[in-house]
Amino acid sequence: MLTVRVIPCLDVDAGRVVKGVKFQGLRDAGDPVELSLNYEAQGADELVLLDVSATPEGRGNALATVAAVRARLGIPLTVGGGVRKTEDAGALLEAGADKVGANTAAVERPALLTDIATRFGSQCAVVAIDAARRQTGGWEVVVKSGKERTGLDAVEWAREATERGAGEILLTSWDRDGTRAGYDTELLHAISSAVGVPVIASGGAAHPDHLVEAIKAGADAVLAASIFHDGDFTVGDIKRAMVAAGIPTRMDDEDPGR
Amino acid sequence: MSATEIVVCRTGTANLASVFAGLTRAGGAPRMARDADDVASAGHVMLPGVGAFGASMEPLRTGGFDAALTARIGAGKPTLAICVGLQLLCRDSEETPGAKGLGVLPLTVRRFAETVRVPQLGWNRIDADAACRLLASGHVYFANSYRVCEVPEGWLAARADHGGEFVAGLERGAVLACQFHPELSGPFGRKLLERWIATPC
Repeated sequence: MLTVRVIPCLDVDAGRVVKGVKFQGLRDAGDPVELSLNYEAQGADELVLLDVSATPEGRGNALATVAAVRARLGIPLTVGGGVRKTEDAGALLEAGADKVGANTAAVERPALLTDIATRFGSQCAVVAIDAARRQTGGWEVVVKSGKERTGLDAVEWAREATERGAGEILLTSWDRDGTRAGYDTELLHAISSAVGVPVIASGGAAHPDHLVEAIKAGADAVLAASIFHDGDFTVGDIKRAMVAAGIPTRMDDEDPGR
Repeated sequence: MSATEIVVCRTGTANLASVFAGLTRAGGAPRMARDADDVASAGHVMLPGVGAFGASMEPLRTGGFDAALTARIGAGKPTLAICVGLQLLCRDSEETPGAKGLGVLPLTVRRFAETVRVPQLGWNRIDADAACRLLASGHVYFANSYRVCEVPEGWLAARADHGGEFVAGLERGAVLACQFHPELSGPFGRKLLERWIATPC
């Protein structure tokens, strides 16, 4: 039986892991290779690396970061941030990503998802969706790191994106991101029941219970950043909470191999 | 001990960075195949596969790699097929109707049931036959929408469940075919690659 995935997320700027601190911008949180291996050792099922570089130079560094992480990391690596064209996806895959996420560019030009899926396969085409609650109910897609509302219904966009070739959805609640109030479980339920592909929950995690709730709401995987970077909880802590809740989970000590 | 050379076949647009890194960590020295003779004479050969069945098969045919692969698998020489690589050993696939595979395995590759998430992305539990020399039981990483469900005569298997039982891996002597990605399956996958690399040529 397929197990749930616990996925630490690293924001990378110009080759260093950074983390956002409210109203203070970004601060250095460490070396991407070192952190990646640490999370793998804790039992992470996959890693997501988001390139948050604002400059072309930073983007160039991101490829080198992906290659350096890939050489040492023995679990899947998904990379997103700044993917505008199919060639961008190709360059990241060549550097060592296993899956590539597209966000704003996919909303502006949905055919991008079809191009990536046709060339590299649906299993490596991830659509990243940032969704914000509407006052009138439902959710709206936001782009450009939340700066721009699109008017696009999040559930409809999720459906269209998978029809166009996306093999996975990385779903971030814009209302919950950074709040530590838990995932938006209603959003997770709405999207995961509307599509046939796996859904990764993102935005709002602060406690193992939050990650368990996200799975119960329909998510196939849970992504979190600060709770791991701040050392509040290890991946192992989260997995033990999953097991305690009766959720199929991969535990390292069950796999002696031979 | 020096690293064991592994000759890698080119299939379609498969991204090879993860496979090369995984084989290297397991003590291999992977390099791309030069031609069909290279594949026929190499000690260890690896057949990767990411992407569609039909598109992956084309470069094998045009380069004459198909005959070389079929011959070495028949002779039991160390050969490793991963993901779509396993599917290419089959007769055909629902993914690309009309396209022929190598036909080493008399099977048709079919899509997962509609009752489960497709693609299957994540770690699934596999259970290996007790007689397996290479495959073991444990959790491994999958990224696939298609699979086979029958074990051909003469092969040992590892099985998993995703909307019903399917074949996660097959082995016969030094020939190993994995529907999952050993190169992305942590220490468990690394040990599997080490065992395959250690098979004598």
